[in-house]
Amino acid sequence: MKLITAVIKPYRLDEVKEALQSFGVHGLTVTEASGYGRQRGHTEVYRGAEYTVDLVPKVRIEVLVDDADAAELMDIVVKAARTGKIGDGKVWSVSVDEAVRVRTGERGPDAL
Amino acid sequence: MPPGIMTLAADKAALSPANTGFMLICTALVMLMTPALAFFYGGMVRVKSVLNMLMMSFISLGIVTVLWVLYGFGLAFGQDNGGFLGWSGDFAGLGGIGLTELWGTTTIPVYVFAVFQLMFAVITPALISGALADRVKFTAWALFIALWATVVYFPVAHWVWAEGGWLFDLGVIDFAGGTAVHINAGAAALGVILVVGKRIGFQKDPMRPHSLPLVMLGAGLLWFGWFGFNAGSWLNNDDGVGAVAFVNTQVATAAAMLGWLAYEKLRHGSFTTLGAASGAVAGLVAITPACGAVSPLGAIAVGVVAGVLCAMAVGLKYRFGYDDSLDVVGVHLVGGIAGSLLVGLFATGGVQSDAKGFFYGGGLEQLGKQAVGVVCVLLYSLVVSFVLAKIIDLAMGFRVSEDEEVAGVDQAAHAETAYDFGGTGGGAVARPGAGAGAAGGAGPARGDGPAPAKRQGTAPASGKEPASGKASASGEGKKVDA
Repeated sequence: MKLITAVIKPYRLDEVKEALQSFGVHGLTVTEASGYGRQRGHTEVYRGAEYTVDLVPKVRIEVLVDDADAAELMDIVVKAARTGKIGDGKVWSVSVDEAVRVRTGERGPDAL
Repeated sequence: MPPGIMTLAADKAALSPANTGFMLICTALVMLMTPALAFFYGGMVRVKSVLNMLMMSFISLGIVTVLWVLYGFGLAFGQDNGGFLGWSGDFAGLGGIGLTELWGTTTIPVYVFAVFQLMFAVITPALISGALADRVKFTAWALFIALWATVVYFPVAHWVWAEGGWLFDLGVIDFAGGTAVHINAGAAALGVILVVGKRIGFQKDPMRPHSLPLVMLGAGLLWFGWFGFNAGSWLNNDDGVGAVAFVNTQVATAAAMLGWLAYEKLRHGSFTTLGAASGAVAGLVAITPACGAVSPLGAIAVGVVAGVLCAMAVGLKYRFGYDDSLDVVGVHLVGGIAGSLLVGLFATGGVQSDAKGFFYGGGLEQLGKQAVGVVCVLLYSLVVSFVLAKIIDLAMGFRVSEDEEVAGVDQAAHAETAYDFGGTGGGAVARPGAGAGAAGGAGPARGDGPAPAKRQGTAPASGKEPASGKASASGEGKKVDA
């Protein structure tokens, strides 16, 4: 199993969610997040005083998938989240040792 | 403001129901300005001290109202003593005033005039509080309000507005409070912050406004209430002067908003919400002394000048390194000076009085009088406020402790926090009966908000400064430039 994590622009969430659903992903977890990449943040002005806001709003999507689907799903997320502008985010995957469905106690791929 | 004579004459026939009703409505409008100011200021501070900011304005409604009844009205508008202070035994406790006794030459009862002026006395000290955001003891502030109203506001109101007051007799024009309210409060703010000092992290940490919608709401309500402030200051509705004041209030405020925004766009690249709200307030401040003396075109000039000037002035605190948190000096002192002096240039001589400004053939005489009023009120308020603040600082300490300031004055002074972002009660546990009485009957019903950590002893770790999870409220920003 793999855990795919995507940190993306909040307004791309719906596209990513729909793309994952149409592939057949049954569940995902979304968290509000904030952070910055190479572009850093943006500047805000209050009565002439300028503030650099480093941390910009993002959403973090996490989804557990079969090893076989991981690469394709990552491509799907990237395609759906991409705007081509700076700050589009990152997607990565890590191996997961075990997963358990809490309701039934099923383990491994059956728990997905 | 028309002169009042101190001999009261019961003359029921002359009492005007229309003027009396008009003035009561204006009075209620002016009352609204203090809570409006509280929101205007409250939105500009950080999450951890918004309640304290609201309370610092709101408490003035309590303290000054009581003082006004006891002796404030007497000191400000009683029989003159040498031009400096008034006193009339009948005014003490508002006790010796008949229901239908009229104020001076007006057609409104003394009670109506007294309560209208009360609202001015309430908002003026509240204006000062914006300079002291986030860092002063509430008790010290409350004591300051009481002393400042007594020693500064009541006498200065007498100088400017009461018959026999020395600036009134000199011919200084202050229709509704350019000197008595705004220069007075702005200079006081400067005096107090020289004693109190900067917020921890000033010019280092991000201190962005936590809610610009609140700022806009406050500014909008201030604008609305200001019609009562200015149009009501003529004390009648018989000759159209109040209507001119009303028109000028609208016109100058609009022009000042545009002036501030234009400056901001040229200088910083954006039309900001805070700029629009601040520009409007700057215009309201500047037109206050002038709205009975200038034409609507003059009001546009007053507004634009005030808008641009105040927008430039708010940067001064960074240059000089004093922490006027919410720009009371930049907006109220500078705006008040601008409006008061511009009367000397733009007074048409055909509205409130015959006095003409420089551009209307009056020479420099009125400008000179205005300058005397500006300088004298500024210096008096600055010096006395500094001394009062120093006395309070020595006696009880004006500032909260460092850890209380960092954690937020809301918890330290009020045992409350403003927002529950998490929907989980901030980790608070309701403890029926705990602190009942002392904490105002804390019971099960309070379980829907953060528990006051100090009193209930269940310090919620997350209650210090609730993080919203969004960029707007957390401390991720870094101030890079002034």
